[in-house]
Amino acid sequence: MAMLTLGFVSMAVFAGTEILPGDVAEAVLGQNATPEAVAGLRHALHLDYPAHIRYFLWLIGIFSGDAGRSLANNLPVTELIASRLPNSLMLASVTAVVSVPIALTLGISSAIWRGSFFDRAASFLTMSVVAMPEFLIATLAVIIFAVNLRWFPALSYAAGMVSINQFFNQFALPVFTLSCVLIALMMRMTRAAVIDTLRSPYIEMAVLKGARPIRLVLTHALPNAIGPIANAVALSLSYLLGGTVVVEIVFGYPGLARLLVDAVSNRDMPVVQACVMIVCSAYLFLVILADIAGVLSNPRLRYR
Amino acid sequence: MAPVVKVEGLRVTARDGRGQQNVIVNDVSFEVNSGEIIALIGESGSGKTTIALSLMGYARSGTRIAGGKVTFDRREILSLTQRELSSLRGRDIAYVPQSAAASFNPAKPLLKQVIESSQIHRVMAPAEARAKAVSLFRELGLPNPELLGTRFPHQVSGGQLQRLLAAMALVTDPKLIIFDEPTTALDVTTQIEVLRVFKKAIKERGRTAVYVSHDLAVVAQMADRIIVLRDGAIQEVNATQYILTAPKSDYTRTLLAAAEPQARAVTRQASGTAAASVIEVKNIVAGYGARDREGFPAVPILRDVSLAIRPGTTLGVIGESGSGKSTLARVIAGLLPAARGEVQLNGVALPKSAAARTRDQLRRIQIVFQMADTALNPARPIGRILGRPLEFYHGLRGARRARRVAELLEMVRLPATMAERYPGELSGGQKQRINLARALAAEPSLILCDEVTSALDTVVGAAILDLLVELQRELGIAYLFISHDLSTVKAICDEVMILYAGQIMEHGTRGALCQRPLHPYSELLISSVPELRQGWLEGISETVLKEASGGIVRRAGAACSFFERCSLRIPGRCDVEPTPLRRFSKGADIRCQRTETELIELAAQRDANEISGRPEISEPRDFGPGRGAQLIAW
Repeated sequence: MAMLTLGFVSMAVFAGTEILPGDVAEAVLGQNATPEAVAGLRHALHLDYPAHIRYFLWLIGIFSGDAGRSLANNLPVTELIASRLPNSLMLASVTAVVSVPIALTLGISSAIWRGSFFDRAASFLTMSVVAMPEFLIATLAVIIFAVNLRWFPALSYAAGMVSINQFFNQFALPVFTLSCVLIALMMRMTRAAVIDTLRSPYIEMAVLKGARPIRLVLTHALPNAIGPIANAVALSLSYLLGGTVVVEIVFGYPGLARLLVDAVSNRDMPVVQACVMIVCSAYLFLVILADIAGVLSNPRLRYR
Repeated sequence: MAPVVKVEGLRVTARDGRGQQNVIVNDVSFEVNSGEIIALIGESGSGKTTIALSLMGYARSGTRIAGGKVTFDRREILSLTQRELSSLRGRDIAYVPQSAAASFNPAKPLLKQVIESSQIHRVMAPAEARAKAVSLFRELGLPNPELLGTRFPHQVSGGQLQRLLAAMALVTDPKLIIFDEPTTALDVTTQIEVLRVFKKAIKERGRTAVYVSHDLAVVAQMADRIIVLRDGAIQEVNATQYILTAPKSDYTRTLLAAAEPQARAVTRQASGTAAASVIEVKNIVAGYGARDREGFPAVPILRDVSLAIRPGTTLGVIGESGSGKSTLARVIAGLLPAARGEVQLNGVALPKSAAARTRDQLRRIQIVFQMADTALNPARPIGRILGRPLEFYHGLRGARRARRVAELLEMVRLPATMAERYPGELSGGQKQRINLARALAAEPSLILCDEVTSALDTVVGAAILDLLVELQRELGIAYLFISHDLSTVKAICDEVMILYAGQIMEHGTRGALCQRPLHPYSELLISSVPELRQGWLEGISETVLKEASGGIVRRAGAACSFFERCSLRIPGRCDVEPTPLRRFSKGADIRCQRTETELIELAAQRDANEISGRPEISEPRDFGPGRGAQLIAW
């Protein structure tokens, strides 16, 4: 199933890059190139083959472990990815470690005290954050923390991490920006999932057994909400690999998303394909993890 | 001695969709004395559950306890804080809800949930609570008491869950237990045992209980005193025997009359026998799961079921849950293609799957489901819900369609203005009428009625049954009427088929089901229906109890499915050989190894044993040849 999804996505991406006007030869040689030069480069890059042949060539390459070379600068795709993927993974994991616990705590406590001042305040805040464009948050963060307060550097290169201090300095602003949006999303979905299970008859039964609100949520509602919560978390986190373009550009962070965007503008098909495959696999991996969590938390699926 | 509970002038209001406050319980006052079981009885909307919940100071969302006084154990319940209420609930007052399956947390093992209240209120150490729970399991007749607690709710049957709820209520030794329709969702056979253990557990401990129910016959077994409610107000309060024998209020009399079974179907004489069947089902095998090499499904639900229905007649299908009743309807409708066998419509074999049937074939068979609510799209007005089949099957549009919608509403005795309203604005009975109208819109030859009155109150359900009979007389439609309720089937069906674990046990005319010899399973079903007299529950014979307590066991092959529970079984024969379906002289087919004379003799013997074994029964039933007359009363 997962393999099928990957295959379908790769075809969609390939078709997408085909539809875009222009190709890598025009992009590399620029506007003043002669038609002969463009044709020559196309021939050299096998771009004059029909589209389906090129797709199958790429597919054969992938299956034999060769992702091909970048059409734009002739570097092996694996090398390009290898230079960016660890950065992206690092940013993603730090953000996940920061945002998931905060989001779950906020979501669950909002559900416990739903309708209270705390819940309303949290709702208002998260709604505002979700409504705010990411680049605005990033820019505001730079203006406040880097320019005015001078706490952190405005750019983060993710290179040469030596001390905890440096590490913190590098990641503080990008992680803060990404966390804002993620926490808001995950918190709202957690709250909705828990409140949804709070409407079940067994919750009323627990109330009539004398259970207090905290017990209701933690021992009765939460175990039944793990499935939907895990899915919400997986969906949010999958965004951390491919969807961080804005943050990477604002902070000059050398991650996967920027590589992908550059490759698209160069019509650099092998690089685009490789990046998309990685993002897609990460997404599938997270969703499978979420499903496993859902099954483990549900005795009806665990014991038949 | 002061009463345990004293309710004075209780008033509960509910906010409706427009934000207005409606009074749903008005000025209700009563007392419950120590050691007494008091019943709150009434139809849905009578406020019985609302009143029961207010005894715990609890109001469901949307409702509010607006006034009055509830005194429990010298404490004023309605003025307590949430924290004080929590410390009372589950410790001093326990609640046993209707739907056991929904009331258990699916993610937690049973024992944890059973002893939870004792842990919340810290009345005993965990180990002590566990030991107590296990002894309660044993007392309530639950199988495997030591290990049962480690299981999860979905692994246990409905009757067992209901008893587990009772254990949950009893674990803290509360002063008051509230039972809210605890057996309504159960099969009659399961109900007997649950009622017996409940009554024993309450009486032995001398507990005080409030028993909420709509079923007068069940209440007659349980309660010392009955409060009759209607529209949130008390109609009558009296000791059970007086309510049953000398009701004072007119409403109580109506309830008693509705509980008495009455025949609705017009008896059609032999004239119909010559008419060709509208539907004929031949040797159907159907089920779920993978098919083996011979096309037999892994989980067979229906095994070799055949039936025929003539135009304008009704065939009732009856059996416990899990007997395959609904599966039969799904096979006929083509929703579940049969693995083997054939469904014929007017003599022509139908494709097995609905997708392969022609539009006209689809039109002729319609279904009405049990859940009137979920079968109607809440976002569409009634006019569009009924207009859709008119357009699909008959190509009606515009004014002609509107006229036909009005006619259909007229047919189901609803005003034409109903077309503009939405399902959410309708009552349960009205919704079921709309479902019926939707089926009629197709102008079918056969309507499959799957438990159409089970979710409705007795009085409302009776009106729907009357409507079905009238429509049949006017339009000559045939019905396949599925129900778990014998008296309903009895009221409207010309023929009755008794299904057990997917096998036909008995199939005959309505009259034949009132006469012996009966199939042992038919006998069990009939004697499991509560009778409207006190002492019925205590007078049930051991044989019935033993047969009633077994669950459905599916067997492979053509041997008798009822073998495990049957008191007349012949080991080595019934469980090995294919069971013959024999024509009996009373006009019914019975699937049993026993012959007609054997069944008559054995039944007479059994009855004789019962009488000699139980001399204390005050009204010995008339057995032997006279039993036929007795049975007609169910």
